[in-house]
Amino acid sequence: MAALHLISRSPADSRALEQCLARAGEGDAVLLIEDGVYAAAEGSGSGEILRAATGRVMVYVLMPDLEARGLDIGSPCLRAAGANNSPPSPAPALHPVDYRGFVNLTASHRPVVSWF
Amino acid sequence: MGKKFLFILRRSPQQGARVRETLDMLLTVAAFDQPVMLLFLDDGVYQIKRGQSPESVGLPAVAPTFEALALYDVEAVLVERESLAERGLTESDLVIPAEAIARAEIAALVADQDVVVTG
Repeated sequence: MAALHLISRSPADSRALEQCLARAGEGDAVLLIEDGVYAAAEGSGSGEILRAATGRVMVYVLMPDLEARGLDIGSPCLRAAGANNSPPSPAPALHPVDYRGFVNLTASHRPVVSWF
Repeated sequence: MGKKFLFILRRSPQQGARVRETLDMLLTVAAFDQPVMLLFLDDGVYQIKRGQSPESVGLPAVAPTFEALALYDVEAVLVERESLAERGLTESDLVIPAEAIARAEIAALVADQDVVVTG
């Protein structure tokens, strides 16, 4: 079973996301929660890190935490990043989940690893 | 048949009660005969660096805590080789013996666990 990695700190005050992705296994899931969702914001500097991980790991964003911070799924980092810039239907870089989706991820992955 | 536990320390010493609490959890799990491993990652490797003297600035000693690990049945004490190298450290700079493993081996180690606790 693949692991689920939880990132709860902003990239501005913690390198948790980057440090997690350096160790995450192929097929693992990464979920941005709490201040971790700031990695999805324009100008966070995490766009490249997230794009590089696309395809190797699945990256999810907890939407209630994103919306609570006034961010939305339309932020440039959240837009689809196509392999080799080839449309038409590139895999999205980040996948939105609600609380139900969060619970499903914890049920379908093991172990759960918190990075902060 | 117990669950397999991995405790990961990746913060520098003197982060308040965090490390103490993580170690308490580790020792409790070990006392219940569950298979336990401990991994030092990132700044966590500074926890077991030789030659610290936090007492001189009024902070609690950290390293002696880890020497007590030998009394408990901790299956393996691991340290990531890259985390040491990035900080100019080698295994000989550590107060306790730790087995160095490569960054590329971490994913498989994590995948093999039932429970991972980070502190």
